[in-house]
Amino acid sequence: MIPAAFKYAAPTTVQQAVELLSNNQDAKVLAGGHSLVPLMKLRLATPPVLVDINRIPDLNYIREDSQLAKLRIGALARHNDFEQSALIRDRYPLLWDTARGIGDPLVRNRGTMAGAVAHGDPAADWSAALLALDGEVVATGPSGTRVVPLTELYVAILTTSLQPNELITEVRVPLPAPRSGGAYEKLERKVGDYAVVGVAAQVVLADGGSIAHAGIGLCNAASTSVKARQAEAFLVGKAAAPDNVNEAARLAMEASDPIEDDRGPVDYKRAMVRELTRRALARALERARGGAA
Amino acid sequence: MNPPVPADRVSVTVTVNGESHTAEVEPRLLLVHFLREDLNLTGTHIGCDTSNCGACTVLVDGTALKSCTLLAVQADGSSIETVEGLEQNGQLHPLQEGFLQEHGLQCGFCTPGMLLSAKALLAANASPSEEEIRRGISGNLCRCTGYVNIVKAIQYGAARLSPAEAVGVSQ
Repeated sequence: MIPAAFKYAAPTTVQQAVELLSNNQDAKVLAGGHSLVPLMKLRLATPPVLVDINRIPDLNYIREDSQLAKLRIGALARHNDFEQSALIRDRYPLLWDTARGIGDPLVRNRGTMAGAVAHGDPAADWSAALLALDGEVVATGPSGTRVVPLTELYVAILTTSLQPNELITEVRVPLPAPRSGGAYEKLERKVGDYAVVGVAAQVVLADGGSIAHAGIGLCNAASTSVKARQAEAFLVGKAAAPDNVNEAARLAMEASDPIEDDRGPVDYKRAMVRELTRRALARALERARGGAA
Repeated sequence: MNPPVPADRVSVTVTVNGESHTAEVEPRLLLVHFLREDLNLTGTHIGCDTSNCGACTVLVDGTALKSCTLLAVQADGSSIETVEGLEQNGQLHPLQEGFLQEHGLQCGFCTPGMLLSAKALLAANASPSEEEIRRGISGNLCRCTGYVNIVKAIQYGAARLSPAEAVGVSQ
């Protein structure tokens, strides 16, 4: 399969990229290209201009910023960079889990977190993880940068609140609190497939062992990525006990709204959201307690 | 500085198996088509054409990538290794020898991609466990062998590759 013809530009600065997006209607950003290029080959996307950001230096980084109190992830950090990062493995177990389950090793060598987030596919593993982690993106446009929380990014399927001439230049996640832990559970029919459903969980324990904070994100469980707010709110102040985990799992299921497709019927997917939430919370709690789950 | 003007023809210079090539191409030309049709290197296969099967795997600056999901222009300036570059001076690469000795292929369609994924795996991890091998080749689908002999073939290659050979990009 061959994409429809397009014009190509490879800017070397973010400013140039934004200018190209401003001056060329319907131009698309090419980062890892592992969602965009397949769509172009299928002619489901036919952008007239591609703005390839891979030649912009200094966009591939994953580093903690103590002043901002954030983990900062550059637009060209690839899935495999997370998998290879001791910082991510040791301090961001939810991101670590998520990275290792995306696509396959070849996809992970090229695809980027920021690109996946900007694509707005409800099947994006990263978006569920970042919703659980209270993540945000830095969008750079002609008038500078603005910070958009993940909760304000997704408008509809494959549709974000980004302007056509804005580029995600960074993704940010709060630094991990003491006694916190996270986990990602993904159900897939086979390696490399999209999730049937996936659930990301992040918890913080209070000194007494009760739950001080919880974040739960759902992947491929509705027409957009879902933050299961009622389930999160329910857990705050509760004991980290199986009954409470089960009730949160039920609430997460209630927050889901999947469609029937070749990955299963609605009831099955909803049941899987419940079960994966249970498992993700159990592992997140174990990790928050200092276990190796 | 003004941004580059979007172009409908682009110049691509790549080094493939140690040999430099320059061509003027359409930006929509996929790397796999460039390799197969412009350079006549048909060892790199097109399987699913939807970024699933890994038959088109090549090494771009040492990284295993799906050449059906990369534009040729994106590889501009890089060094590419395809299955044709594995054999050196008439000697099969130890991984190729492994696929031969351990019956790591039946129809052979996935083999070029398997070999290059395996080469990248061994460059990062000279003596991988069976689980690490299976994980390392999980982006390469084989519909014949069930992977048992492919894993053995990679273990065979790993055992015979000296550490220097494993990390070096053969030119």
